[in-house]
Amino acid sequence: MAETTGTMAASSAISSRWGRGLRRCLAHPLLWPLLTLILLLAGNGLFNPGFLALQWRDGHLYGNLIDIAHRAAPLALVSLGMTLVIALRGLDISVGAVLAIAATVAAWTIGHVSNDGLLPLWLAIAAALAAGALCGLWNGWLVVGAGMQPIVATLILMVAGRGIAQSISGGQILTLYYAPYSFLGNGFVLGLPFSLFVVAAVFALLQLALRKTALGLFVRAIGHNPQAAHVAGVRARAITLGAYVFCGIAAALAGLLVSSNVNSADANNAGLLLELDAILAVALGGSLLGGGRFSLAGSLLGALIIQALTTTIYAIGVPPQVNLAVKAVLVFAVMLLQSPLCRGQLRALLRLRAERRA
Amino acid sequence: MKNACVLLAMLAIALAGCSRDAGKQVGQVTVGFSQVGAESEWRTANTASVKSALVAPGFDLKFSDAQQKQENQIKALRSFIAQRVDVIAFSPVVESGWEPVLREAKAAGIPVVLTDRAVKVSDASLYASLIGSDFIEEGRKAGRWLLQDSTGKPGPIRVVELQGTVGSAPAIDRMKGFHEVIDTDPRFKLVRSQSGDFTRAKGKEVMEAFLKAEGGHIDVLFAHNDDMAIGAIQAIEEAGLTPGKDIRIVSIDGVRGAFEAMKAGKLNATIECNPLFGAQLAQLIRDVHAGKPVPKRIVVEEGVFTQDQAAAALPGRKY
Repeated sequence: MAETTGTMAASSAISSRWGRGLRRCLAHPLLWPLLTLILLLAGNGLFNPGFLALQWRDGHLYGNLIDIAHRAAPLALVSLGMTLVIALRGLDISVGAVLAIAATVAAWTIGHVSNDGLLPLWLAIAAALAAGALCGLWNGWLVVGAGMQPIVATLILMVAGRGIAQSISGGQILTLYYAPYSFLGNGFVLGLPFSLFVVAAVFALLQLALRKTALGLFVRAIGHNPQAAHVAGVRARAITLGAYVFCGIAAALAGLLVSSNVNSADANNAGLLLELDAILAVALGGSLLGGGRFSLAGSLLGALIIQALTTTIYAIGVPPQVNLAVKAVLVFAVMLLQSPLCRGQLRALLRLRAERRA
Repeated sequence: MKNACVLLAMLAIALAGCSRDAGKQVGQVTVGFSQVGAESEWRTANTASVKSALVAPGFDLKFSDAQQKQENQIKALRSFIAQRVDVIAFSPVVESGWEPVLREAKAAGIPVVLTDRAVKVSDASLYASLIGSDFIEEGRKAGRWLLQDSTGKPGPIRVVELQGTVGSAPAIDRMKGFHEVIDTDPRFKLVRSQSGDFTRAKGKEVMEAFLKAEGGHIDVLFAHNDDMAIGAIQAIEEAGLTPGKDIRIVSIDGVRGAFEAMKAGKLNATIECNPLFGAQLAQLIRDVHAGKPVPKRIVVEEGVFTQDQAAAALPGRKY
């Protein structure tokens, strides 16, 4: 203990280029989410030796790490949309319901088109994405056009959405027997799940739009101070509306992955409570929930952390009655680790003890 | 002349009234039925069975869908009381909170029959009878099937369990019944037990983790419902194993998807949780209406289906 604090004090004293580089690295916002994820996985590896093993089986990679990434994909997509909305001082708690609507619309479309060729697949994807965009447009209009508070505006669709999905499905779980659709959630490309490529593509497109155009700057400006951004001539309303539409589309994509993974659309249970996990992922990733500061890569890490937690719980065999309590304790620990204030206090405490000992 | 006209008109009205009354034949029982909702294939099949059993001329059915909300159901029961139906039947959304409305029914002299789910009340005379599945017995049946299927097989037999929603009556009772049976045989070792929330997606996700954690050393899967088993089957296939052979699978409900899986050899057995108790309910309502003594608990007739019966039974499955 004394040794580590000693080196810490030494490292902070060094003002060489090496030290400065280290400090910049320590101050990087993605460091703590990344460290959390690595700690979680490493802890699992220690606890359960086979956990980190990867095998090549049936022409693709097979193992817990692949499962975590694959299972996190829908949450990651929704978190990307949520990040953008939160960065603009909004919130979308209807994502779970939108996911269910999109999944049901896709399954309904496939059920009503003759099953030959790839036409039903494209129609299903187009219909689901259109449904997601429409839901996003509705949310965005309520926030921007009707001036509702985001949490209230999206609450409407959160409550009504599952009803809409159920009326499409006729209250049934729609089962699909159409092989091409199943590829979205089960297929592999280059040995990796196809879902990872979907997430990567959306992430890359979003990064491109935010980094290579002024959009990123506008989003930050609106998030930090909407009035100032408006005065400066930023089209805040259009951008906010666009963010909700994007969030709806992201949820629809997630719906396609979720429903194709189990070859069925369950209007009641698909994406249940996903909105809370998405908000948690955004928070874990280091974005400010009040808007302005945001990190897309952080949200991806947040989604991976949440799924790693879930898989950990399954792997170590926690009794199901205490699942949620264990998850809450782990999330609490992660949040404490990520809080600069808490870390500062911890550091001060350690320093105090070291000084006393000296 | 004018008086005769009025008289004639009055007579016509009286006759019309008579003919409306004649619509309700002698001996016809008016039943108010409040269903939970239409949340699953099982429930939809249950509704269809009740509706087809409670038909004219024996019955006049007033059906109401509560859309999984207790307040809707209480409203429906109050309206049945106001309409003075002969018997009220309902499948309660939740267990508690029924005392006041059941007392109103009792005060109005209308007997109440519960279907599928129980209520918690301090006074058992508030309802006449409960007809529905015995979840503990379903668990026992799954256990017994496994015992029978494992005769001659050497131990240890490694079992994993996919539980239903934590805290729900079917999950608690099915687990209890299953363990009652398999705990008597030391060959069985329950290596993993986790909740899959009764859904396909969770069933698949949890089974994936089980397969990795146990390194494929799983002999038997017991799932609290068919949907989780269907999800788990996909996970087992993706792990390169053969469901139904490498891992024997037994689940509960007997939905159509389970029969299709059995026909394909991927599921070994399903324990029926029969929603088609309309005919039994009709008989119960007749007895209650006639004032005959009825048992407080009536268990629905349910079977066990295995692979060799699946192909023959599939076309006849209604849910």
